[in-house]
Amino acid sequence: MTVAEWLPVVGQGILETLYMTLVSTLFAYVIGLPLGLWLVVTNPDGIRPNAAVNRIAGGIVNALRSAPFLILLMALIPLTRFITGTSIGSTAMIPPLVIAAFPFVARMVESSAKEVDRGVIEAALSMGASPLQVVTKVILPEAKPSLITGATIAVTTIMGYTAMAGVCGAGGLGSIAINYGYYRFQPGVMWAMVILLIIIVQIFQEVGNRLALKSDRRIR
Amino acid sequence: MSTPIIQIEHLTKTFGSGPAAVTALEDISLTVDSGEIYGIIGLSGAGKSTLVRCMNLLERPTAGSVLVDGAEMTTLPDSELRKARQSIGMIFQGFNLLMQRNALGNICFPLELSGWKKPEAVKRARELLKLVGLEDRENAYPAQMSGGQKQRIAIARALATNPKVLLCDEATSALDPETTLSILNLLKELNEKLGVTVVVITHEMRVVEQICNRVAIIADSHIVESGNVSDVFRHPKTDAARRLITPNVGAARKFSGKGKLYRITFDGTTSSQPVVAGMVLACGEPVNIWFADTKDIDGKAYGHMLLQLPENPVSAGRMLSYLDSQNVSYTEEVLDK
Repeated sequence: MTVAEWLPVVGQGILETLYMTLVSTLFAYVIGLPLGLWLVVTNPDGIRPNAAVNRIAGGIVNALRSAPFLILLMALIPLTRFITGTSIGSTAMIPPLVIAAFPFVARMVESSAKEVDRGVIEAALSMGASPLQVVTKVILPEAKPSLITGATIAVTTIMGYTAMAGVCGAGGLGSIAINYGYYRFQPGVMWAMVILLIIIVQIFQEVGNRLALKSDRRIR
Repeated sequence: MSTPIIQIEHLTKTFGSGPAAVTALEDISLTVDSGEIYGIIGLSGAGKSTLVRCMNLLERPTAGSVLVDGAEMTTLPDSELRKARQSIGMIFQGFNLLMQRNALGNICFPLELSGWKKPEAVKRARELLKLVGLEDRENAYPAQMSGGQKQRIAIARALATNPKVLLCDEATSALDPETTLSILNLLKELNEKLGVTVVVITHEMRVVEQICNRVAIIADSHIVESGNVSDVFRHPKTDAARRLITPNVGAARKFSGKGKLYRITFDGTTSSQPVVAGMVLACGEPVNIWFADTKDIDGKAYGHMLLQLPENPVSAGRMLSYLDSQNVSYTEEVLDK
């Protein structure tokens, strides 16, 4: 294949990878962000301690996090079919990616939220803040730089998952690397895809770092 | 004039349960009058921070009643309690400002919580910035401010909703002596100007001396002494109080001389005349100064001095009558062997 023939293939691969990564990350946050905050709020030293709820939510998160992604991907095929109507292609990878990523996101959010100074939360409570106000007006804004850093890590991790999903016909750069590089013995293609993935990760990381830094008012 | 604003009765707070339970406060009763500055002093671990947190129910008392401005705090439902807290400001040792908001944003915060419209909140916040003398720092973030400035912003924030009570939990303990003084002066000024009742929690004598009208001394989960600052500090009745007020009392234990040891107290009623030197000159006999901790505030002497008087009881008696003539109070220091 010539360079001209490769370009559309690789171009589509990049688009598919970005599509899977960004859509999955979005949905993973839709579930993981409230769940992570829930874990902090119901924590024994949180603002609404609830040991039972906290343990159940934590247990689910741990259970899902301990399942290897590839196994989860295959085990979830019935669910994937139910949601997307197919089990191959980029869209079909989104449900398993979301289910693999949201517990991870929840833990990231939890650890960011826990960094918020207990004293600041106490001050807000002393001014008559409700638990919801503490979450929306104190925890989220105060944890913002850390949440952005966490999101950067989440995006790059989820992109790693999309490459793995290439084994199951996910499309994207991972699929190209596996189909051409591994099955057709073209190691050059494989390495080219790896380098492309590295470049994309670097870009995400750099953008994330800058956003986090820019949003942080603790730095003079 | 003295209408009570905070009434605590038989308050007990226990952390944990069963054999591991720790009693932080036991059978505490106190009354803070409207418009006064009330000090609660104790060593760390005495339970004073827990006590102040029981006043706005950040800690829920295990037993007892907490009446603030006529409302029984312990039985208020959550939504009412949040309302009540809006009329009880609080400042902290660690300032506890929102790090991601600038000075103006921090002061607007309690106003947002109670549903103020943005333009009115900003207007009110600017008034408060002026009140605490930081009108030129409205866009500064906490990371860009000094400790004293941060505490001023915290005070402005605590007063934004016009509370009747301001609780200060070790508010000056993280500040240097000079900044401490300026914050204490600000609190006193606000107390006089706005009529806000101030409750000061501290482990530092000088804080109470500086601004408080009345004081309660808390030790080992109990209030051991309370009353007017001048009475309590001049004539402490309990060991715990003495330890706090005169921390160097241990110096006397090493004493092995023959003459009696007297502690003379300067409570500000004596002007800064040379009392000890005058006494020595008048009586013609030397004394031994064992310990002295005095300071001059607005031309008045405050503090303590530990003097060993001559062994001869007649000379010692003359010296004591000299002290009487100068209106200096003294007590004999009894040594426990």
